[in-house]
Amino acid sequence: MISHIPPALIFILAAMLVPLFKGRAKSALLLVVPVVGFINLLMIPEGSHIAVPFLGFELTLLKVDRLSLVFGYIFNIVTFIVMLFALGERDDMQYMAGLLYAGSALGVVFSGDLLSLFCFWEVMTIGSTMLIWAGKTEKSRQAGLRYALVHIIGGVILLFGIIMYITGQGTTEVGVIGLHGLSTYLIFIGFGMNAAWPFLHMWLPDAYPESTVAGTVFLSAFTTKTAVYVLARTFPGTEALIWIGATMTVFPIFFAVIENNLRRVLSYSIINQVGFMMVGIGIGTELAINGAVAHAFNNMLFKGLLFMSMSAVLFRTGKINATDLGGLYKSMPLTAAFCIVGSLSISAFPFFSGFVSKSLVMSSSLMEGYAFVWFVLLFASAGVVDHAGIKIPFFSFFSHDSGIRCKEAPLNMLLAMGIAAFLCIFIGVFPGVLYNILPYPVDYVPYTASHVMAQLQLLFFSGLAFALLILAGLYPAEIRAINLDADWLYRKGARAFMWMVEGPMKRFSDVTQKALFKTVPSKLKWFSLNPVGAIMMARDSIFMHFGDPTQQKRLQEKLEEEKKAYPGDVIRHWPIGSTVLWVALLLLSYLLIYYL
Amino acid sequence: MEKKHFFDKPENVRNLLRALYAVCALLIVIDFFIPKHGYILFENAPQFFAAYGLVAYITIVFTAKYILRSIAKRKEDYYDD
Repeated sequence: MISHIPPALIFILAAMLVPLFKGRAKSALLLVVPVVGFINLLMIPEGSHIAVPFLGFELTLLKVDRLSLVFGYIFNIVTFIVMLFALGERDDMQYMAGLLYAGSALGVVFSGDLLSLFCFWEVMTIGSTMLIWAGKTEKSRQAGLRYALVHIIGGVILLFGIIMYITGQGTTEVGVIGLHGLSTYLIFIGFGMNAAWPFLHMWLPDAYPESTVAGTVFLSAFTTKTAVYVLARTFPGTEALIWIGATMTVFPIFFAVIENNLRRVLSYSIINQVGFMMVGIGIGTELAINGAVAHAFNNMLFKGLLFMSMSAVLFRTGKINATDLGGLYKSMPLTAAFCIVGSLSISAFPFFSGFVSKSLVMSSSLMEGYAFVWFVLLFASAGVVDHAGIKIPFFSFFSHDSGIRCKEAPLNMLLAMGIAAFLCIFIGVFPGVLYNILPYPVDYVPYTASHVMAQLQLLFFSGLAFALLILAGLYPAEIRAINLDADWLYRKGARAFMWMVEGPMKRFSDVTQKALFKTVPSKLKWFSLNPVGAIMMARDSIFMHFGDPTQQKRLQEKLEEEKKAYPGDVIRHWPIGSTVLWVALLLLSYLLIYYL
Repeated sequence: MEKKHFFDKPENVRNLLRALYAVCALLIVIDFFIPKHGYILFENAPQFFAAYGLVAYITIVFTAKYILRSIAKRKEDYYDD
């Protein structure tokens, strides 16, 4: 008897219902699903609920604790916001993919065992790939294919790890795993692929910007944050994560400065933000884990808000490159205002949501003695101010006037952005609301005078640096160009591989194929027509070449005769007597072998 | 003739910049009066965050502009054949 409904089930069932509804009813369905999901979450008490025996293992389909609940809440909230934003898409495939994607993300979060976690993990890949393909351009088709391949490889690594772990440890429970032995490293890397670790990150800026107007907003929320959840669950306090995370916060900010596609700038920004969360998980104290989770929560709102504002610009103007945009505050003032709220939040401006969560991670790095990491994170914070705080709103809504005059974003998009913006400010002003739902009790005051002062100095002097660089003409102008990233390795590497396959390897295979399937069989066939005659011809030709020179002429004539007559009358060479002898020998040898 | 928007008027841009300079100056002054209780020396050093923000920002922009762009920049059709 199922007493509680798994959150994933609601979403996945709803995904199947989407094509059955039309018009307003469909819109209503899309908005009601996350609301029902949210209410359902409020009714489930903590603990393990649905246990299903499977091949001698016990699957726990619904395990609820404070860590999973935070992610459950925000996944439902974000689904509601993005569905509201996406109402104008009128594309069933996107709605179904979106619900499947969000539903399987919830499935991962509430899985109590590694096997069902893995299944939902893979469904997420399917849902997200469909969202990328929904872009319906050649670019999105190719990027989606690359995305799927990378994630399938990641999934296989994870599956290997999970199978080895289960056979080695004898448990399927999703709990603290920690790094010890090959299986755990494989699981670690499999999770890390979705968290966009350095050199495993390239799928993210490659594929996300190629999705649809709303699809990209969906994508920005779930894959990386689900990875944050599983890592917080299984590898808290793993020191490697501190260094991985610190690297992640830094390297994307350089790419973001010179990237022209503004949705790709935000994609790099995702990696940077997830870096902060990785550091928090790696430090692993209660404060740090709280910080990582809180930042994931806030990030889904403000990063979603930024993506929505850029997607709204793309929707209205059909353009997303900084070189084509500018001056849009005149046409889309509300979108510009919402975008700035997102920018202030991600920059961790006091009284915006980023401030109350990022400072948890930053402070815990100092408390645990990682001063160097703190310096790195502070450096990365200045980078966030640049690309997400200034570049995004400046180059789209201000800067030089592109001359584009368009309508303000549609009402549903404005409402979606408005809700996200409201929550960003609400959490920034009343951090206690968020702190209350974090996994561990929070004993932290974000708003101290010195803290606010430090952050304001950092922000305003970064802003000052920007103003001075622009006035001096030193800020890098946007250029119509793309920048190489690690995906070069397989995008160009695949081409080199294909050259190898189509050139040298194909020639080798042609030669061997001809030898194995044409030359050798035809010779064998010729030989088998009359083996004795063939052997006798071989004997004669050997004698002709190496035997008595006086006999040579006679042998040559005989050989030519034999060749002409070949295969000739086969029966003639096989008198019944000798055949019987051969059969007798065969039976004898069989008898011997049998007795031996 | 389209109506003039806020930043079409140069004096508005000027005023915004002046406001930015004023806030920065104010932050420098107030910083001396804020009681500090950081974990490491740098947190308590006067004007540390202002200096760090300024230097970090310029470092990031210049590194990206002069180093990364010279390595990574390609034509937009680089991957198309």
